[in-house]
Amino acid sequence: MGRSTPSKDAQALFHSLHSAYAATPTNLKIIDLYILFAVFTAVIQVVYMAIVGSFPFNSFLSGVLSCVGTAVLAVCLRIQVNKENKEFKDLPPERAFADFVLCNLVLHLVIMNFLG
Amino acid sequence: MARKTGILVLASVLLASIASICDSAAIFNPISDAHRSAASELFSLSDGSFGSLEETYEALRTFVVLGIEKEPVIRTSVCASVAETLSSPSSALKDLFQALRVNGILKCEINDKAFAEIAFRLKDSVNAANLLLDFYHSIGGLMLIKDQTSEVDVHLGDADRIFRSIKALSQSDGRWRYSSNNPESSTYAAGIALETVAGLISLASSEIDHSLVATIKNDIMKLFDGVERYDDGACYFDEKFVDAHGHQDPLSASSSVVRGITAFATATEESLNLPGDKIMGLAKFFLGVEIPGSAKDLYHQIDALACLGNSRVSVPLILSLPATVLSVSRKDQLKVRVNTVLGSSAPPLSVKLMQIFSSGSKDASVIDQELKFDPDHAVHVLETLPKNIDVGKYIFSFEISLQDPEHKKRYITGGRTKVPIYITGLIEVNNAEIAVLDSDIGSIEMQKKLDLSGENDVALLANHLQKLRLSFQLTTPSGKAFKPHQAFLKLRHESGVEHIFVVGDSGKKFEIILDFLGLVEKFFYLSGKYDIQLTVGDFVMENSFLRSLGHVELDLPDAPEKAARPPPQLVDSYSRYGPKAEIIHIFRSPEKRPPRELSLAFLGFVLLPFIGFFAGLLYLRVNLKNLPRSTVPATFAFLFHLGIASVLLLYALFWFKLDLFTTLKALGILGIFLMFVGHRTLSHLASVSAKLKSA
Repeated sequence: MGRSTPSKDAQALFHSLHSAYAATPTNLKIIDLYILFAVFTAVIQVVYMAIVGSFPFNSFLSGVLSCVGTAVLAVCLRIQVNKENKEFKDLPPERAFADFVLCNLVLHLVIMNFLG
Repeated sequence: MARKTGILVLASVLLASIASICDSAAIFNPISDAHRSAASELFSLSDGSFGSLEETYEALRTFVVLGIEKEPVIRTSVCASVAETLSSPSSALKDLFQALRVNGILKCEINDKAFAEIAFRLKDSVNAANLLLDFYHSIGGLMLIKDQTSEVDVHLGDADRIFRSIKALSQSDGRWRYSSNNPESSTYAAGIALETVAGLISLASSEIDHSLVATIKNDIMKLFDGVERYDDGACYFDEKFVDAHGHQDPLSASSSVVRGITAFATATEESLNLPGDKIMGLAKFFLGVEIPGSAKDLYHQIDALACLGNSRVSVPLILSLPATVLSVSRKDQLKVRVNTVLGSSAPPLSVKLMQIFSSGSKDASVIDQELKFDPDHAVHVLETLPKNIDVGKYIFSFEISLQDPEHKKRYITGGRTKVPIYITGLIEVNNAEIAVLDSDIGSIEMQKKLDLSGENDVALLANHLQKLRLSFQLTTPSGKAFKPHQAFLKLRHESGVEHIFVVGDSGKKFEIILDFLGLVEKFFYLSGKYDIQLTVGDFVMENSFLRSLGHVELDLPDAPEKAARPPPQLVDSYSRYGPKAEIIHIFRSPEKRPPRELSLAFLGFVLLPFIGFFAGLLYLRVNLKNLPRSTVPATFAFLFHLGIASVLLLYALFWFKLDLFTTLKALGILGIFLMFVGHRTLSHLASVSAKLKSA
């Protein structure tokens, strides 16, 4: 009875989210981790640009786009692989993974060209 | 019928006279000391010899014709070389021929045995030859041996056959081919062929068929039909054949033909009836070359002229003038020289001045005056110029007439010879005056008389409403009005700006009126002191002058806003043409780059999420349980991972080193591989999970 209601609600919310998230399959958790990694890399690059200025702008864009692009592709993979998603019921996850790999390779080719 | 022939004759005479007028006037000088000094210069010795035997012969022949003494030092070294060539059994035909030619001039000590051996070799070559040059060298060599020794038998049997084989190489236009394989004909070769035939005729042991000799005469006539002409009457034989050494020039071709014709005329002892004007034209051509620049050209010129001076062919006589500019004031007399082409004296003859053409008008005055012969200086002198000849440029037409009728057959006088003559004299300048006039009324403000034989210094004042008038008269020594080539009036401002005006001629006097009202703009509105300068000049005027007359103070109105500025006057040529200021290039300053430590720090920071990713994976307790165990799928799985790694490596290489095209090529290959192994691996995994599901 000494605790304030908002913080208690927040804690409860956080716990429920955490327990719900724990139920997700491992492969989806791996994909989420990968997405987080990509986004963090992009953020660090933006901070660096904010400090030193955007002189080789193409390099900055290329770096950020690489992170963002791979994150987006990972999101697509997650959608396609998720068993609860009825839309992609018939799509085998290996196929989705193969698409993910191919698109990533093409993205990275473009990135490397633009990097300069 | 008679009328028709009469008209025909008249027409031909008219044509001939027009043709003679069309011949432009030119002076040809015979061989002189200038040629001798040129010969000494051009035929210079290098290492004690003139070069090859051919060059040695050319030098010696030129010296002989010009009468230059050669040093005895040359004789020993050249004779040694000649003896060596003649005694060696392996010498080529060409070398034997050249050595014999040199020996003919130097007369080295060669014994008859050597001559006999050479004659034997040459006779063999004659019988075996089928190229024109082989015939030339062997027959020429035998001719030279015949001249140098009487002990050796050089006569050729079967001369008819040899003649026919040489004649077979001739062409219908009089030219000759070098060999039966080569269809190109050459004028130079024609000269060589004629010399060869001449040699053959004199070496033949029995009489050559007269008809064959007549065909050669025909060829010579055909050659002369194809002769080219210049406007001043010179004729030459042009060469159209291009051999390995390039185009042979007209000088060597004409010289070769002249040599050939002379040799042929000497050998046949018959008159050739060559057209006299063409022989004269050839002589003019060779003399027109003046002093050639190369030793070979000088040899060709001198040798050809020496042949023309030969008595078998008619000798041309050259009319030359030591001076073509005569001064009336100095009372110069017209002197004319007549020599043979080599500069030696001519037989007794008389020179008449027939006509004088004044330049610019077609009509001529007929003089028919004989020149007096001065035997001390060997010149013909015209004592007094005809009465109505004033200063100016004229063309005098002379005619040579030989006194002995026998000489008429031997010498060619060339008909009328036209020579350009300039007659100069002192031009009188009188009635010169300068005045400033009032524009409207024409009344004279200020007038000064000028004496243009000396300097003047008048001082005039004028403003823009007035005019400046300058007038003078020019008279020739015989009293006629004279129009000079140049008559300019120059006004020079004190700042350096100059204006030039042409003084016009009104028939009786020269006058120029400068209306300053119209000239204000031209003068750039510059008021001030203008120096006046008058220039009168002509090539027949001995006292052409450039005189400063004084100055005029001009008062012009002020320049309006948009008036043209006077052109800048150059102070110093160095300021205009000197070096300009140095240009310093401004490069774009490079962008500011961050400090190195900061960049490296952030490199570390960027790698942190990657480490975090692996840490997270470990936390999630990821496993590789789904990795296939059995061999084949395992290899494919391994290859799949290897393929992806190699593609990423390729990208890294692409960033460091490679270009896009190489990368794309490699990527294509890797991609196909990756597709294949990926498909195998993933389909295996899919089948495994399907089995698990169904199970």
